[in-house]
Amino acid sequence: MVVSVAYSDVVVVGAGVVGAACAEALSAAGSTVTVLDRGAPASGTTAAGEGNILVSDKGPGAELELARASRSRWPELLAELREELGPALADVEWEPKGGVVVATSAESAAPLAEFAAAQRAVGVDARQVTPAEAAELEPHLTPRVVTAVHYPEDAQLQPVLAATTLLAAVRHRGGQVRAGVAALGVERGANGAVSGVRTSEGVLPCGAVVNACGPWAGAFAEAAGAPIAVLPRRGMVLVTGPLPKTVWHKVYDADYVGAVTSGEAGVQTSTVIESTGAGTVLIGSSRQLVGLDETMRVEVLRELARKAVALFPVLAGVPVLRAYGGFRPYAPDHLPVIGADPRLPGLWHATGHEGAGIGLAAATGRLIAELVTGRPTHVDAEPFRVDRPGVLL
Amino acid sequence: MNRVVVVGAGPAGMAAARAAAATGVEVVLVDSAQGLGGQYHRRAPESLGGNEIPPIPGVRHLAATTVWALEPVPGGHRLHLRTGPADAPGRQATVLDTAALVLATGAYDRALPFPGWDLPGVFTAGAAQALAKGQKVAVGSRVLLAGTGPFLLPVAESLIGVGARVLGVLEANIPVGGWLRDPLALLAGRAKAAELARYVTMLARHRVPFRPRTTVIAAHGTDRVTEVTTARLTADWRVRPGSERRVPVDAVCVGFGFTPQLELAVAAGCRLAGEFVEVNEAQATSVAGVFAAGEITGIGGADLSEAEGVLAGLAAARLLGGQGETPRRAIAAVRAGRRFAAALDRAHPVRAGWQSWLAEDTLICRCEEVDYGALCRAVRDRDAIGVRSLKLVSRVGLGACQGRTCGRNAADLVGGLDPAGLARRPIAAPVRLGELATTPVHPNERDTS
Repeated sequence: MVVSVAYSDVVVVGAGVVGAACAEALSAAGSTVTVLDRGAPASGTTAAGEGNILVSDKGPGAELELARASRSRWPELLAELREELGPALADVEWEPKGGVVVATSAESAAPLAEFAAAQRAVGVDARQVTPAEAAELEPHLTPRVVTAVHYPEDAQLQPVLAATTLLAAVRHRGGQVRAGVAALGVERGANGAVSGVRTSEGVLPCGAVVNACGPWAGAFAEAAGAPIAVLPRRGMVLVTGPLPKTVWHKVYDADYVGAVTSGEAGVQTSTVIESTGAGTVLIGSSRQLVGLDETMRVEVLRELARKAVALFPVLAGVPVLRAYGGFRPYAPDHLPVIGADPRLPGLWHATGHEGAGIGLAAATGRLIAELVTGRPTHVDAEPFRVDRPGVLL
Repeated sequence: MNRVVVVGAGPAGMAAARAAAATGVEVVLVDSAQGLGGQYHRRAPESLGGNEIPPIPGVRHLAATTVWALEPVPGGHRLHLRTGPADAPGRQATVLDTAALVLATGAYDRALPFPGWDLPGVFTAGAAQALAKGQKVAVGSRVLLAGTGPFLLPVAESLIGVGARVLGVLEANIPVGGWLRDPLALLAGRAKAAELARYVTMLARHRVPFRPRTTVIAAHGTDRVTEVTTARLTADWRVRPGSERRVPVDAVCVGFGFTPQLELAVAAGCRLAGEFVEVNEAQATSVAGVFAAGEITGIGGADLSEAEGVLAGLAAARLLGGQGETPRRAIAAVRAGRRFAAALDRAHPVRAGWQSWLAEDTLICRCEEVDYGALCRAVRDRDAIGVRSLKLVSRVGLGACQGRTCGRNAADLVGGLDPAGLARRPIAAPVRLGELATTPVHPNERDTS
């Protein structure tokens, strides 16, 4: 039986938030887009995220610039989608709640102040506050706070809603989202460039492929014949039962910054505490290099709990209802990988966002659309290029 | 590490502990209740005239103890335990390592949603049974039972025993036809058939009508149920038009089979067969050093559970060098019991037509108040067809019960959800954040709270 399959300008592999953002931006630019996911959309790393849109955890540099572009793009994008899709389908529980980073020891106070000063120098709104002011921002915070920095720009959204809203826009514009279809490799045309994606349901002809497979991006790149170094880093989050509002901002310990940028193996935990629209409190986040091993470790959960109770003693009596884990995709230099693969014309990568994929998705999607359609980019794409040292294998 | 640990002290777990202890190995039996027996042997406390089940010789029983987490360690598994009343602070934390784990965590009964099922006065058959047997309390004075499967019959008997007037037992399937089509299974379940005959006689004596292909499709009332709508069903459980009847009641009990309690098996990484734990002829799961017995491997009643428990306990003990004779009777009982269970399963399936009883605003998840309409919108508008995305879009299964009540029903409504994904609860029982913060993670560590 011959099945005629419509040609897509671009096939996006991976229906997580980054793939969804790429597909949304490409379809807004006029491309016909098909999004594939071997499982259900928004069910991998996206479903394991807390929905952080942070500038506070990034020092001056390329990732901070991408984060700031994304932070200003998200509300704009959501407003556009509200017009296009209506309020219900565009609701992603967007909350520009701001972040509070606290130092609870003299040793962490000075590095935090320095970090914030460097951020201020490049234009981040980072307000050093006294312990008394921190207590006003967060009444239940431990009295052991030595100093704190308030970041009004930090925001939050619900990542599965965000990804599915973006995918709804893709469909609304005539694109397709195909769940349960695995991408197995690419087909090349006579000129050596991508001419289609080989899938579990046959070949989909296309002009370009975007690899947005998150922690599985390395595997798809290899299957496509153009391997890149993207590895998984395990994380766990605890969720409490619903509470009266107890935590107002995204609150985290100054040691979070060190853990995010660290490349060390083994378990690291650093507290990030926030409440959700449903009244639960999310407590993250751990970082482990264990490959794609999903085994839960009580030791990791204990560390998360211990640090959360240290920051918010009032949470000690609260029931923990569940814990969930996921895998963050990271490149050896901890920068996202966004751009063309130099070895295979028509193959693009958008991955390696580590724990910041939700926040960075809006700008990443826009950047991919600009690159694929050959337009000037709104942020410098050079630092994220695929052929930088350590990424090409 | 060098001990058999049995989780669950129902018929399967008690039999496993007894069989393992008989070989001379160290055995620990963990259960969340105060006494032995589980749900099946639930009985009134001594103050109400009940008798305690005597201790099992050679078995250390950890009562009122929940396993809230299970993790692999070199050479076996580590159980994280909390002992004490679930809602009280100051529960004692311990860690127990084992190279030979028997999971006998059982099943809880399944309710199907229908308009009004969230009204006070609507109970699961299991809850009504527990109140009758454990507290000598009847859930109402005019009670209707609806659902499918033979479990409705002992519930009717218990309710009559505590003074309720049972208005009828409504069986959504036609059990007798299903039974007769499989004479081998009927033979295998001879004892069971006699038991059923006894219940039928009991219902007749109390003039309780037993109505096949009939069920409760709606409950009515403002503060609590005062009336229900019953209806005759087609073979696939759609309502026969014109068969609806209003019946005044003050309580209704529903039971549509059982859902296995899988979180510890899933945490251990045991492979599932359908929605149950896959086991071999020695009750070994796909994970070395982990055995399963009773209702988590399939629903077949207490006798089958007990026989499976004997095999599992013995196999676990042998792993540690325990010596015991081949349990020929238990092997034969398991073989016969499984045939009976398969016939039971064929005779009492939950058929897809129940989904047509739902209204747009019928709650599917009571904890998070997610109605049928919201679930449909999550699938239609947001493609929420994976366990995680469905939960996070609709909030189904995110509440206090963590999907134990609604997960199976949501899976039927959405289709294609992974049963292991639905049962993945790394925190198998709620634990306070402060308890978690001070929990020991090694056997020689102390709770620091």
